[in-house]
Amino acid sequence: MNARNHASAAHVPHVRLYLAIFGALIFLTVLTVLVSYLHLPKAPAVLIALAIASVKASLVGSFFMHLKGEKALILAVIGVTLFFAGGLLLPLYDIAGSPTRVSQPWPSEQADKTQ
Amino acid sequence: MNSNAHASRHEASFWSRYVFSLDHKVIGLQYLFTSMFFLLSGFGMIMLLRWQLAFPGHPVPLVGGLISRLLPADWAPGGVLTPQFYNQLGAMHGTIMVFLGIVPLGVGAFGNYILPLQIGAPDMAFPRLNMMSYWLYLPGGLLMLASFLLPGGAAQSGWTSYVPLSIINPGQTVWLLAMVIIITSSLLGAVNFITTTLNMRAPGMTLGRMPVFVWSELVTAVLLLLAFPPLEAASILQLMDRVAGTSFYLPTGLVVAGQALKASGGGQPILWQHLFWFLAHPEVYVLILPAMGVVAEIIANGTRKPLFGYKEIVGSMIFIGGMSFVVWAHHMFLSGMTPALGNFFLVTTMIISVPSVAVLTCLIWSLKGGSIRFTTPMLFALAFLPLFGIGGLTGLPLGLTVTDIYLHDTYYVIGHFHYVVVTGTIIALMGGTYYWFPKWFGKRLNDFWGKVHFWGTVACMNGVFFPMFIQGLAGVQRRLYDPTAQLHNLTTQPMNVVSSFSAWLLFLFQIPFLVNIFYTIFKGERCEENPWEATTLEWACASPPPHGNFDKPPRVHRGPYEYSAPGARKDWIAQNAPEAA
Amino acid sequence: MSAQAAAVHGGGEYASTGIPNGKLGVWLFLASEIMLFATLFTTYVVLRISAPSWPRGWEELNVPLGALNTLVLITSSVTMVLAYAKAQARDKAGFYRYIGLTLALSFVFLIIKSFEYKAKFDRGHFPSTNIFFAIYFTLTGLHALHVIGGIVFNSGLALWGRRHWDHPLFAGRVECAGLYWHFVDIVWIFLFPALYLL
Repeated sequence: MNARNHASAAHVPHVRLYLAIFGALIFLTVLTVLVSYLHLPKAPAVLIALAIASVKASLVGSFFMHLKGEKALILAVIGVTLFFAGGLLLPLYDIAGSPTRVSQPWPSEQADKTQ
Repeated sequence: MNSNAHASRHEASFWSRYVFSLDHKVIGLQYLFTSMFFLLSGFGMIMLLRWQLAFPGHPVPLVGGLISRLLPADWAPGGVLTPQFYNQLGAMHGTIMVFLGIVPLGVGAFGNYILPLQIGAPDMAFPRLNMMSYWLYLPGGLLMLASFLLPGGAAQSGWTSYVPLSIINPGQTVWLLAMVIIITSSLLGAVNFITTTLNMRAPGMTLGRMPVFVWSELVTAVLLLLAFPPLEAASILQLMDRVAGTSFYLPTGLVVAGQALKASGGGQPILWQHLFWFLAHPEVYVLILPAMGVVAEIIANGTRKPLFGYKEIVGSMIFIGGMSFVVWAHHMFLSGMTPALGNFFLVTTMIISVPSVAVLTCLIWSLKGGSIRFTTPMLFALAFLPLFGIGGLTGLPLGLTVTDIYLHDTYYVIGHFHYVVVTGTIIALMGGTYYWFPKWFGKRLNDFWGKVHFWGTVACMNGVFFPMFIQGLAGVQRRLYDPTAQLHNLTTQPMNVVSSFSAWLLFLFQIPFLVNIFYTIFKGERCEENPWEATTLEWACASPPPHGNFDKPPRVHRGPYEYSAPGARKDWIAQNAPEAA
Repeated sequence: MSAQAAAVHGGGEYASTGIPNGKLGVWLFLASEIMLFATLFTTYVVLRISAPSWPRGWEELNVPLGALNTLVLITSSVTMVLAYAKAQARDKAGFYRYIGLTLALSFVFLIIKSFEYKAKFDRGHFPSTNIFFAIYFTLTGLHALHVIGGIVFNSGLALWGRRHWDHPLFAGRVECAGLYWHFVDIVWIFLFPALYLL
């Protein structure tokens, strides 16, 4: 009884909302593909693609996964996870720019190596 | 009522009652005995290895001749360990002790059995998932052991499996496959523990009334949940490098044995180190947190007073859990990192030592003013305090980059982590075994032999590991096949002999423990349901508890450590005793 | 429902977060999956940034097919959430219509993927060819394995629902299956631009 209440009371389905989100997702997908045809340099290309993907992911998460209006605990679980996932990128500070070849020139010859 | 309904459902089938049981207590005992088996096998491996360290190049007595006969290759001609076999023993000892021994014991056995009881739950949130966790652990573990039967031998690149060596060395593929299976087992368990702790507490069991042991298992489960997947991904990548010809970790231009390696190149060896240690650092907190939880329970009970600083202990454990994700590269200070990145990890490592000290201080301070009962479990809990202290403090020079430059990869490191895990965690879990044995089997372990076990074990453990600090400071490197090959090691070589004899004697002192356990199970006398007069909920049901644990959900009216409450009739009040009391 | 069953399924008299066990469990599982894919993405970033050169996505991969697959997966996410809506509304025919569409679209995704893979193999591009393809095959391959997992899960649920439609936990289980499926979609939402468009 409790469980049934949990399931049905939680999210009143909004079919029209889902279809609207669907439309937005299609639009954003087409947008990101069109932008890629511009063959932008890497830095702006990455930022734009990441931004569009993040918006799409947020739409799926907020409305299809019902994160909007979800209990704080679930939001905390995801928030904490994303925080630690970001931590994985720490080593980038060091590895980025360090070559993948075994034999490397001496440091004095590496003009653009940071630190 | 509950138990009858279930008794009729799970009828006599031996398989569903003892093999594929969904009952957390049966699964807990499965984990208990299986992890003990793996601990013993890991111990056996190191006893072999320690012969080579004490007497390099000499044939191993008694078992030396068997090695080449039992295993597919001539790993010990004439009873003398070959360097490859030495490496196999070293790598597998570490892997087995950490992943197949301690974690399954601390989390799978103790956690599974005790956690639902301490929160007043009838079982875990996902009993079938629980059963699957065990039945992934056992085959994964056996696969790991079976790797000794491979023609090239077992994994032999350290438990850390550093690339590119691990990609070209034999035995690693099976290691990686077994790890994927074992990690999956852990992940399922973590989901179970967290859901159970959050959702299945008995009425009145607020988070602030949960025993410290439950908190320690909760934080541990969160660490397992979030830290293991990166290792799983990293292992899959290493597996691809070994079997699919990829080069995630192989740099371009790598030369092996004088020939250029046929690989596509473009990989980063240091990536493995980062991903491995991203798990392996939280992993060490997975090793110690349940042990701290066990010690907390025993001390509260054995001092007959509430723990000092319950909130501080719990808060510290949570803080340790969070920080543990951002300290990992202190295992890699010498990998050639940018100093700035090294500084970051130095700072976080120093910060994480604070809550660890806080927990230990609270536990020590809990003794003050206590009416201490020197039972066998209490002896182990008391011994934990200074010994874990040594372990923790010796970690500080390793966390400081400046001193780590000298100490990294020496025996000092081995001494440090064995003090924390062996004289720390294992001592604590042994104490926990004596403490909760009556709960599991309704009988108390023999006290005299318990004390023999205690004194012998503590003495021998110190004998094995203390000399390692001195060796490390003298510059003796770890993972050396023949320590006498380096001149500067000769001064401290006699310490290898001391360590080895202590290790073999340590094994002998486990015999009374094992005999005690099995004799008591089969022939021991029944004892009272709550022999330690403990307040926590696991003692509020039968020993051992029936299926479903409690007739109806216990109602919790107070915190977990109401010992010697002023004005109370007895020196302890159970968590679920009616309010009037 | 007996006290034990109530506890096992969350709620009842037990102190609870208010989130049913199954749903909390799935979110925790998704947290671990986020860490898994975050590791793979990190690996991609690390290897790409430190490489002397790296092809742009469109030079090696079929962008129109990838874009089509993105639309396929997004559509399947919509049909999945509609299946859940139907389950909540106790509309059995509607549920089966939408879960059927979800499954069909999942298969379409895999079929398109296999066309892509075959085209690569025919041109001699394998994981062992170079680091770009190692990343491509590994990331999309693991994602495809998760798609297969989703197919198994959703099919199992659909089969179970034929006789257990009235089970009180049915809608909740559809929700859990949906959460997993949307996650698989989100991973692709990042994977597609990361591999194909940059």
